[in-house]
Amino acid sequence: MSETSIFTDVLRWLPFVLWGFGLNVLMSVLAILLGTTAGVFLGLGQVSHTRVVGGVSRLATQLFRNAPWLVLLFYCIFLMPYSITISSATYNVPSWLRATLGFSVPVAANFSEIVRGAIGSVPKGQWEAAEALGYSRSVTLLRIILPQCTTRMLPPWMNLYALLITATPLASIVGVEEALARTQAAVQSEAQASFLIPMYVTLLMMFFLYTYPISRVSNALERRFRTV
Amino acid sequence: MLELFRQFALDLKASGINLTILYDAFDFERFLSGLATTCALVVLCTFFSILIGAIGAAVLGLSRGPAAMLVRAYVALIRNTPLLVQMYFFYFAVGSLMPVGHNAIGLPVPMIGNFTWAVIALSLYAGAFNVETFRSGIGAVHASYEEAALALGYSRFKAFRYVVAPLGLRFSFASLANNLVDLTKATTVAYAIGVAELLYVSNQIWSDSLNTFEMMNVMLAIYLLLTGIVVWIIGRVQAAMRLPGFGAN
Repeated sequence: MSETSIFTDVLRWLPFVLWGFGLNVLMSVLAILLGTTAGVFLGLGQVSHTRVVGGVSRLATQLFRNAPWLVLLFYCIFLMPYSITISSATYNVPSWLRATLGFSVPVAANFSEIVRGAIGSVPKGQWEAAEALGYSRSVTLLRIILPQCTTRMLPPWMNLYALLITATPLASIVGVEEALARTQAAVQSEAQASFLIPMYVTLLMMFFLYTYPISRVSNALERRFRTV
Repeated sequence: MLELFRQFALDLKASGINLTILYDAFDFERFLSGLATTCALVVLCTFFSILIGAIGAAVLGLSRGPAAMLVRAYVALIRNTPLLVQMYFFYFAVGSLMPVGHNAIGLPVPMIGNFTWAVIALSLYAGAFNVETFRSGIGAVHASYEEAALALGYSRFKAFRYVVAPLGLRFSFASLANNLVDLTKATTVAYAIGVAELLYVSNQIWSDSLNTFEMMNVMLAIYLLLTGIVVWIIGRVQAAMRLPGFGAN
Protein backbone atom coordinates (compact mmCIF):
# COMPACT_ATOMS: atom_id res chain seq x y z
CA MET A 1 0.00 0.00 0.00
CA SER A 2 1.65 3.21 -1.14
CA GLU A 3 1.51 6.62 0.49
CA THR A 4 -0.76 8.23 -2.10
CA SER A 5 -3.43 5.55 -2.01
CA ILE A 6 -3.68 5.82 1.79
CA PHE A 7 -4.14 9.54 1.35
CA THR A 8 -6.87 9.10 -1.26
CA ASP A 9 -8.54 6.47 0.92
CA VAL A 10 -8.66 8.91 3.84
CA LEU A 11 -9.98 11.58 1.50
CA ARG A 12 -12.65 9.20 0.26
CA TRP A 13 -13.91 8.65 3.81
CA LEU A 14 -13.63 12.30 4.80
CA PRO A 15 -17.18 13.42 3.83
CA PHE A 16 -18.63 10.41 5.70
CA VAL A 17 -16.74 11.34 8.88
CA LEU A 18 -17.45 15.05 8.44
CA TRP A 19 -21.21 14.39 8.42
CA GLY A 20 -20.69 12.58 11.69
CA PHE A 21 -18.76 15.57 12.99
CA GLY A 22 -21.79 17.68 12.08
CA LEU A 23 -23.76 15.63 14.59
CA ASN A 24 -21.07 16.32 17.22
CA VAL A 25 -21.46 20.04 16.56
CA LEU A 26 -25.26 19.80 16.63
CA MET A 27 -25.22 17.89 19.93
CA SER A 28 -22.76 20.34 21.48
CA VAL A 29 -24.74 23.42 20.37
CA LEU A 30 -28.03 22.03 21.67
CA ALA A 31 -26.42 20.88 24.91
CA ILE A 32 -24.73 24.24 25.55
CA LEU A 33 -28.05 26.06 24.95
CA LEU A 34 -29.99 23.74 27.25
CA GLY A 35 -27.23 23.54 29.83
CA THR A 36 -26.66 27.29 29.93
CA THR A 37 -30.37 27.99 30.39
CA ALA A 38 -30.68 25.47 33.19
CA GLY A 39 -27.34 26.61 34.62
CA VAL A 40 -28.51 30.22 34.94
CA PHE A 41 -31.44 29.11 37.08
CA LEU A 42 -29.28 26.75 39.13
CA GLY A 43 -26.67 29.46 39.63
CA LEU A 44 -29.23 32.05 40.69
CA GLY A 45 -30.73 29.39 42.95
CA GLN A 46 -27.33 28.97 44.60
CA VAL A 47 -27.24 32.61 45.70
CA SER A 48 -30.90 32.58 46.74
CA HIS A 49 -31.66 33.53 50.33
CA THR A 50 -34.54 31.03 50.40
CA ARG A 51 -32.99 28.13 52.26
CA VAL A 52 -34.69 25.31 50.35
CA VAL A 53 -33.94 26.78 46.91
CA GLY A 54 -30.32 27.48 47.86
CA GLY A 55 -29.81 24.03 49.36
CA VAL A 56 -31.33 22.14 46.45
CA SER A 57 -29.42 24.21 43.88
CA ARG A 58 -26.11 23.74 45.66
CA LEU A 59 -26.69 20.01 46.06
CA ALA A 60 -27.66 19.54 42.41
CA THR A 61 -24.67 21.59 41.27
CA GLN A 62 -22.15 19.66 43.36
CA LEU A 63 -23.71 16.31 42.49
CA PHE A 64 -23.66 16.81 38.72
CA ARG A 65 -20.39 18.70 38.63
CA ASN A 66 -18.46 15.96 40.41
CA ALA A 67 -20.02 13.03 38.58
CA PRO A 68 -18.18 11.68 35.52
CA TRP A 69 -19.70 12.81 32.21
CA LEU A 70 -19.88 9.22 31.03
CA VAL A 71 -21.89 8.15 34.08
CA LEU A 72 -24.38 11.00 33.56
CA LEU A 73 -24.57 10.04 29.89
CA PHE A 74 -25.43 6.46 30.89
CA TYR A 75 -28.12 7.78 33.21
CA CYS A 76 -29.82 9.68 30.42
CA ILE A 77 -29.40 6.92 27.84
CA PHE A 78 -30.71 4.07 29.98
CA LEU A 79 -33.21 5.73 32.26
CA MET A 80 -34.96 8.06 29.85
CA PRO A 81 -38.03 6.82 27.99
CA TYR A 82 -37.37 5.56 24.48
CA SER A 83 -40.50 7.21 23.20
CA ILE A 84 -42.84 9.86 24.47
CA THR A 85 -46.53 10.22 23.83
CA ILE A 86 -47.94 13.70 23.45
CA SER A 87 -51.71 13.79 22.91
CA SER A 88 -51.92 10.28 21.43
CA ALA A 89 -49.03 10.82 19.00
CA THR A 90 -45.95 8.80 19.92
CA TYR A 91 -42.52 10.18 19.19
CA ASN A 92 -39.35 8.12 19.37
CA VAL A 93 -36.52 9.85 21.20
CA PRO A 94 -33.42 9.18 19.09
CA SER A 95 -30.31 8.21 21.00
CA TRP A 96 -28.42 11.33 19.90
CA LEU A 97 -31.10 13.50 21.48
CA ARG A 98 -30.93 11.54 24.72
CA ALA A 99 -27.15 11.85 24.64
CA THR A 100 -27.55 15.61 24.14
CA LEU A 101 -29.65 15.78 27.29
CA GLY A 102 -26.98 13.68 29.02
CA PHE A 103 -24.36 16.26 28.07
CA SER A 104 -26.46 19.23 29.09
CA VAL A 105 -26.70 18.02 32.71
CA PRO A 106 -22.98 18.45 33.55
CA VAL A 107 -22.92 21.63 31.44
CA ALA A 108 -25.74 23.05 33.56
CA ALA A 109 -23.91 22.18 36.78
CA ASN A 110 -20.64 23.71 35.55
CA PHE A 111 -22.37 26.84 34.31
CA SER A 112 -24.17 27.12 37.65
CA GLU A 113 -20.76 27.43 39.30
CA ILE A 114 -19.66 29.99 36.69
CA VAL A 115 -22.75 32.10 37.46
CA ARG A 116 -22.21 31.81 41.21
CA GLY A 117 -18.54 32.74 40.86
CA ALA A 118 -19.33 35.73 38.64
CA ILE A 119 -21.99 37.02 41.04
CA GLY A 120 -19.57 36.55 43.93
CA SER A 121 -16.86 38.50 42.10
CA VAL A 122 -18.95 41.69 41.93
CA PRO A 123 -17.83 43.95 44.82
CA LYS A 124 -20.14 43.95 47.81
CA GLY A 125 -20.40 47.76 47.63
CA GLN A 126 -22.58 47.41 44.54
CA TRP A 127 -25.19 45.48 46.52
CA GLU A 128 -25.06 47.99 49.36
CA ALA A 129 -25.32 50.97 47.01
CA ALA A 130 -28.35 49.45 45.28
CA GLU A 131 -29.97 48.72 48.63
CA ALA A 132 -29.35 52.30 49.73
CA LEU A 133 -31.08 53.48 46.54
CA GLY A 134 -34.12 51.38 47.43
CA TYR A 135 -33.71 48.55 44.90
CA SER A 136 -35.15 45.19 45.90
CA ARG A 137 -32.83 42.17 45.93
CA SER A 138 -34.22 40.65 42.72
CA VAL A 139 -34.07 43.93 40.81
CA THR A 140 -30.52 44.53 42.04
CA LEU A 141 -29.56 41.08 40.79
CA LEU A 142 -31.22 41.48 37.39
CA ARG A 143 -30.48 45.12 36.58
CA ILE A 144 -27.21 45.81 38.39
CA ILE A 145 -25.25 42.66 39.20
CA LEU A 146 -25.95 40.34 36.24
CA PRO A 147 -25.12 42.90 33.50
CA GLN A 148 -21.65 43.22 35.05
CA CYS A 149 -21.31 39.44 35.17
CA THR A 150 -21.75 38.73 31.47
CA THR A 151 -18.24 39.74 30.47
CA ARG A 152 -16.78 37.79 33.38
CA MET A 153 -18.78 34.70 32.44
CA LEU A 154 -17.91 34.72 28.74
CA PRO A 155 -14.37 33.22 28.86
CA PRO A 156 -15.23 30.34 31.25
CA TRP A 157 -18.39 29.73 29.23
CA MET A 158 -16.32 29.33 26.07
CA ASN A 159 -13.94 27.01 27.91
CA LEU A 160 -16.96 24.99 28.98
CA TYR A 161 -18.08 24.76 25.35
CA ALA A 162 -14.60 23.55 24.33
CA LEU A 163 -14.82 20.93 27.07
CA LEU A 164 -18.28 19.95 25.84
CA ILE A 165 -17.36 19.51 22.18
CA THR A 166 -14.41 17.31 23.15
CA ALA A 167 -16.76 15.24 25.33
CA THR A 168 -19.30 14.56 22.55
CA PRO A 169 -17.42 11.51 21.14
CA LEU A 170 -18.43 9.73 24.37
CA ALA A 171 -21.83 9.41 22.70
CA SER A 172 -20.31 6.81 20.37
CA ILE A 173 -20.04 4.45 23.37
CA VAL A 174 -23.82 4.49 23.72
CA GLY A 175 -24.41 3.97 20.02
CA VAL A 176 -24.71 7.44 18.54
CA GLU A 177 -23.33 7.54 15.02
CA GLU A 178 -21.11 10.61 15.30
CA ALA A 179 -17.61 11.29 13.98
CA LEU A 180 -15.75 8.77 16.16
CA ALA A 181 -18.27 5.99 15.51
CA ARG A 182 -18.04 6.71 11.78
CA THR A 183 -14.24 6.69 11.91
CA GLN A 184 -14.37 3.28 13.56
CA ALA A 185 -16.79 2.07 10.91
CA ALA A 186 -14.49 3.34 8.17
CA VAL A 187 -11.45 1.71 9.75
CA GLN A 188 -13.29 -1.59 10.08
CA SER A 189 -14.50 -1.62 6.51
CA GLU A 190 -11.02 -0.85 5.14
CA ALA A 191 -9.53 -3.54 7.40
CA GLN A 192 -5.88 -2.59 7.02
CA ALA A 193 -3.48 -1.60 9.77
CA SER A 194 -1.77 1.20 7.83
CA PHE A 195 -5.14 2.97 7.60
CA LEU A 196 -5.58 3.26 11.38
CA ILE A 197 -3.17 6.07 12.24
CA PRO A 198 -4.07 8.42 9.33
CA MET A 199 -7.78 8.02 10.06
CA TYR A 200 -7.47 8.74 13.79
CA VAL A 201 -5.06 11.62 13.18
CA THR A 202 -7.58 13.10 10.74
CA LEU A 203 -10.29 12.87 13.38
CA LEU A 204 -8.04 14.44 16.03
CA MET A 205 -7.23 17.27 13.61
CA MET A 206 -10.92 17.81 12.92
CA PHE A 207 -11.59 18.41 16.60
CA PHE A 208 -8.42 20.45 17.01
CA LEU A 209 -9.25 22.82 14.15
CA TYR A 210 -12.71 23.37 15.60
CA THR A 211 -11.75 23.72 19.27
CA TYR A 212 -8.37 25.48 19.18
CA PRO A 213 -9.70 28.83 17.85
CA ILE A 214 -12.37 28.79 20.58
CA SER A 215 -9.70 28.26 23.26
CA ARG A 216 -7.54 31.04 21.81
CA VAL A 217 -10.42 33.53 21.72
CA SER A 218 -11.41 32.53 25.25
CA ASN A 219 -7.85 33.11 26.52
CA ALA A 220 -7.64 36.46 24.73
CA LEU A 221 -10.96 37.59 26.24
CA GLU A 222 -9.84 36.46 29.68
CA ARG A 223 -6.73 38.61 29.44
CA ARG A 224 -8.76 41.54 28.18
CA PHE A 225 -11.41 41.38 30.90
CA ARG A 226 -8.89 40.84 33.68
CA THR A 227 -9.45 43.63 36.17
CA VAL A 228 -6.36 43.25 38.34
CA MET B 1 -23.03 -9.50 61.89
CA LEU B 2 -22.23 -10.29 58.25
CA GLU B 3 -25.33 -12.45 58.08
CA LEU B 4 -27.40 -9.58 59.45
CA PHE B 5 -26.03 -7.32 56.72
CA ARG B 6 -26.85 -9.92 54.07
CA GLN B 7 -30.36 -10.23 55.43
CA PHE B 8 -30.74 -6.46 55.27
CA ALA B 9 -29.69 -6.47 51.62
CA LEU B 10 -32.18 -9.26 50.85
CA ASP B 11 -34.91 -7.31 52.66
CA LEU B 12 -34.01 -4.32 50.50
CA LYS B 13 -34.34 -6.53 47.44
CA ALA B 14 -37.78 -7.63 48.59
CA SER B 15 -38.76 -3.99 48.89
CA GLY B 16 -37.62 -3.33 45.32
CA ILE B 17 -34.04 -2.12 45.71
CA ASN B 18 -31.91 -4.90 44.29
CA LEU B 19 -28.32 -4.30 45.38
CA THR B 20 -26.72 -7.58 44.30
CA ILE B 21 -23.27 -6.36 45.35
CA LEU B 22 -24.37 -6.54 48.99
CA TYR B 23 -25.54 -10.16 49.08
CA ASP B 24 -24.08 -11.86 46.01
CA ALA B 25 -20.43 -12.81 46.58
CA PHE B 26 -19.64 -12.93 42.86
CA ASP B 27 -21.04 -9.47 42.17
CA PHE B 28 -19.38 -8.15 45.31
CA GLU B 29 -15.98 -9.39 44.19
CA ARG B 30 -16.46 -8.03 40.68
CA PHE B 31 -17.43 -4.67 42.09
CA LEU B 32 -14.47 -4.60 44.46
CA SER B 33 -12.01 -5.47 41.69
CA GLY B 34 -13.50 -2.70 39.55
CA LEU B 35 -13.11 -0.24 42.39
CA ALA B 36 -9.51 -1.38 42.88
CA THR B 37 -8.78 -0.89 39.17
CA THR B 38 -10.27 2.60 39.25
CA CYS B 39 -8.17 3.47 42.30
CA ALA B 40 -5.05 2.06 40.63
CA LEU B 41 -5.78 4.18 37.54
CA VAL B 42 -6.26 7.29 39.65
CA VAL B 43 -3.06 6.76 41.67
CA LEU B 44 -0.83 5.85 38.72
CA CYS B 45 -2.16 8.61 36.46
CA THR B 46 -1.92 11.17 39.26
CA PHE B 47 1.73 10.29 39.72
CA PHE B 48 2.65 10.34 36.03
CA SER B 49 0.55 13.39 35.20
CA ILE B 50 2.17 15.42 37.99
CA LEU B 51 5.57 14.24 36.72
CA ILE B 52 4.67 15.33 33.17
CA GLY B 53 3.27 18.60 34.47
CA ALA B 54 6.42 19.32 36.49
CA ILE B 55 8.76 18.54 33.60
CA GLY B 56 6.66 20.54 31.15
CA ALA B 57 6.45 23.55 33.47
CA ALA B 58 10.21 23.37 34.12
CA VAL B 59 10.90 23.37 30.38
CA LEU B 60 8.56 26.35 29.91
CA GLY B 61 10.16 28.14 32.87
CA LEU B 62 13.76 27.62 31.83
CA SER B 63 13.83 27.61 28.04
CA ARG B 64 12.47 29.74 25.22
CA GLY B 65 13.70 27.48 22.42
CA PRO B 66 12.27 24.56 20.48
CA ALA B 67 11.78 22.52 23.68
CA ALA B 68 9.32 25.09 25.01
CA MET B 69 7.54 25.16 21.66
CA LEU B 70 7.22 21.39 21.75
CA VAL B 71 5.65 21.52 25.22
CA ARG B 72 3.24 24.24 24.12
CA ALA B 73 2.23 22.21 21.07
CA TYR B 74 1.66 19.13 23.24
CA VAL B 75 -0.53 21.08 25.67
CA ALA B 76 -2.57 22.69 22.88
CA LEU B 77 -3.06 19.39 21.05
CA ILE B 78 -4.14 17.40 24.10
CA ARG B 79 -6.39 20.09 25.52
CA ASN B 80 -8.27 20.71 22.30
CA THR B 81 -8.97 17.14 21.22
CA PRO B 82 -11.29 14.57 22.79
CA LEU B 83 -9.81 12.24 25.40
CA LEU B 84 -11.77 9.31 23.98
CA VAL B 85 -10.28 9.82 20.51
CA GLN B 86 -6.81 10.11 22.05
CA MET B 87 -7.39 6.85 23.88
CA TYR B 88 -8.58 5.07 20.72
CA PHE B 89 -5.64 6.55 18.85
CA PHE B 90 -3.20 5.05 21.35
CA TYR B 91 -4.98 1.75 21.86
CA PHE B 92 -6.04 0.92 18.30
CA ALA B 93 -3.73 2.95 16.06
CA VAL B 94 -0.41 3.11 17.94
CA GLY B 95 -1.19 -0.22 19.60
CA SER B 96 -1.35 -1.90 16.19
CA LEU B 97 2.32 -1.03 15.62
CA MET B 98 3.47 -2.47 18.94
CA PRO B 99 5.14 -5.88 19.21
CA VAL B 100 2.86 -8.81 19.99
CA GLY B 101 3.87 -11.56 22.38
CA HIS B 102 2.34 -14.99 22.86
CA ASN B 103 0.74 -16.45 25.95
CA ALA B 104 1.10 -19.96 27.36
CA ILE B 105 -1.26 -21.54 24.83
CA GLY B 106 0.18 -19.63 21.88
CA LEU B 107 -2.49 -16.98 21.42
CA PRO B 108 -1.23 -13.53 20.47
CA VAL B 109 -1.18 -11.09 23.39
CA PRO B 110 -0.18 -7.46 22.90
CA MET B 111 2.89 -6.49 24.94
CA ILE B 112 1.14 -3.31 26.05
CA GLY B 113 -2.30 -4.11 27.40
CA ASN B 114 -5.38 -1.92 27.57
CA PHE B 115 -4.72 -0.95 31.20
CA THR B 116 -1.26 0.35 30.30
CA TRP B 117 -2.64 2.28 27.33
CA ALA B 118 -5.30 3.77 29.56
CA VAL B 119 -2.60 4.90 32.02
CA ILE B 120 -0.55 6.39 29.16
CA ALA B 121 -3.50 8.21 27.59
CA LEU B 122 -4.92 9.50 30.89
CA SER B 123 -1.48 10.59 32.16
CA LEU B 124 -0.75 12.50 28.97
CA TYR B 125 -4.23 14.05 29.13
CA ALA B 126 -4.08 15.15 32.78
CA GLY B 127 -0.38 16.01 32.33
CA ALA B 128 -1.23 18.66 29.75
CA PHE B 129 -3.61 20.31 32.21
CA ASN B 130 -1.00 20.08 34.97
CA VAL B 131 1.62 21.78 32.78
CA GLU B 132 -0.72 24.77 32.50
CA THR B 133 -1.46 24.68 36.24
CA PHE B 134 2.20 24.60 37.30
CA ARG B 135 3.17 27.17 34.67
CA SER B 136 0.63 29.67 35.96
CA GLY B 137 1.61 28.84 39.56
CA ILE B 138 5.22 29.64 38.73
CA GLY B 139 4.06 32.76 36.89
CA ALA B 140 2.44 33.92 40.14
CA VAL B 141 5.81 33.97 41.95
CA HIS B 142 7.12 37.51 41.97
CA ALA B 143 10.22 38.06 39.83
CA SER B 144 12.08 39.54 42.79
CA TYR B 145 12.48 36.04 44.31
CA GLU B 146 14.42 34.85 41.29
CA GLU B 147 16.46 38.05 41.19
CA ALA B 148 17.33 37.66 44.88
CA ALA B 149 18.39 34.05 44.30
CA LEU B 150 20.53 35.05 41.31
CA ALA B 151 22.09 37.83 43.39
CA LEU B 152 23.00 35.22 46.01
CA GLY B 153 24.92 33.32 43.34
CA TYR B 154 22.38 30.66 42.39
CA SER B 155 22.54 29.50 38.79
CA ARG B 156 19.33 29.99 36.77
CA PHE B 157 18.54 26.29 37.05
CA LYS B 158 19.16 26.18 40.79
CA ALA B 159 17.18 29.37 41.40
CA PHE B 160 14.28 27.70 39.58
CA ARG B 161 14.72 24.36 41.33
CA TYR B 162 15.19 25.62 44.90
CA VAL B 163 13.37 28.98 45.00
CA VAL B 164 10.83 29.60 42.24
CA ALA B 165 9.42 26.10 41.75
CA PRO B 166 8.72 25.34 45.45
CA LEU B 167 6.93 28.68 45.81
CA GLY B 168 5.04 28.23 42.52
CA LEU B 169 3.86 24.80 43.62
CA ARG B 170 2.10 26.40 46.56
CA PHE B 171 0.15 28.68 44.23
CA SER B 172 -0.91 25.69 42.12
CA PHE B 173 -2.82 23.60 44.64
CA ALA B 174 -6.35 24.87 43.98
CA SER B 175 -6.05 24.35 40.26
CA LEU B 176 -4.22 21.04 40.77
CA ALA B 177 -7.05 19.72 42.91
CA ASN B 178 -9.44 20.65 40.11
CA ASN B 179 -7.32 18.78 37.55
CA LEU B 180 -7.06 15.67 39.69
CA VAL B 181 -10.83 15.63 40.26
CA ASP B 182 -11.23 15.83 36.48
CA LEU B 183 -8.73 13.00 36.14
CA THR B 184 -10.68 10.85 38.60
CA LYS B 185 -13.81 11.46 36.56
CA ALA B 186 -11.95 10.84 33.30
CA THR B 187 -10.87 7.32 34.36
CA THR B 188 -14.38 6.21 33.34
CA VAL B 189 -13.35 6.76 29.70
CA ALA B 190 -11.02 3.73 30.04
CA TYR B 191 -14.29 1.76 29.90
CA ALA B 192 -14.25 2.34 26.14
CA ILE B 193 -11.08 0.28 25.61
CA GLY B 194 -12.29 -2.49 27.90
CA VAL B 195 -10.41 -1.73 31.11
CA ALA B 196 -12.41 -3.44 33.85
CA GLU B 197 -12.78 -0.35 36.04
CA LEU B 198 -15.77 0.67 38.12
CA LEU B 199 -18.06 1.71 35.27
CA TYR B 200 -17.19 -1.40 33.28
CA VAL B 201 -17.93 -3.87 36.08
CA SER B 202 -21.04 -1.94 37.07
CA ASN B 203 -22.24 -2.29 33.50
CA GLN B 204 -21.57 -6.04 33.66
CA ILE B 205 -23.43 -6.32 36.95
CA TRP B 206 -26.50 -4.44 35.77
CA SER B 207 -26.52 -6.41 32.53
CA ASP B 208 -26.59 -9.67 34.50
CA SER B 209 -28.80 -8.66 37.41
CA LEU B 210 -31.02 -6.08 35.65
CA ASN B 211 -30.54 -3.54 38.44
CA THR B 212 -29.41 -0.63 36.26
CA PHE B 213 -30.91 2.11 38.38
CA GLU B 214 -29.50 0.85 41.69
CA MET B 215 -26.01 0.26 40.29
CA MET B 216 -25.93 3.69 38.65
CA ASN B 217 -26.75 5.36 41.94
CA VAL B 218 -24.13 3.31 43.76
CA MET B 219 -21.60 4.26 41.10
CA LEU B 220 -22.49 7.94 41.32
CA ALA B 221 -22.09 7.84 45.11
CA ILE B 222 -18.71 6.11 44.81
CA TYR B 223 -17.41 8.67 42.33
CA LEU B 224 -18.55 11.52 44.56
CA LEU B 225 -16.73 9.82 47.42
CA LEU B 226 -13.58 9.34 45.33
CA THR B 227 -13.49 12.96 44.18
CA GLY B 228 -14.10 14.00 47.79
CA ILE B 229 -11.11 11.93 48.91
CA VAL B 230 -8.91 13.45 46.19
CA VAL B 231 -9.88 16.99 47.28
CA TRP B 232 -9.28 16.09 50.94
CA ILE B 233 -5.81 14.65 50.24
CA ILE B 234 -4.77 17.72 48.23
CA GLY B 235 -6.04 19.89 51.08
CA ARG B 236 -3.91 17.94 53.56
CA VAL B 237 -0.81 18.19 51.35
CA GLN B 238 -1.43 21.89 50.90
CA ALA B 239 -1.79 22.39 54.66
CA ALA B 240 1.38 20.41 55.32
CA MET B 241 3.38 22.51 52.82
CA ARG B 242 2.00 25.86 53.94
CA LEU B 243 4.61 28.55 54.49
CA PRO B 244 3.60 31.01 57.23
CA GLY B 245 3.05 34.47 55.81
CA PHE B 246 3.33 33.44 52.18
CA GLY B 247 0.65 33.32 49.52
CA ALA B 248 -3.10 33.65 49.61
CA ASN B 249 -3.78 30.47 51.57
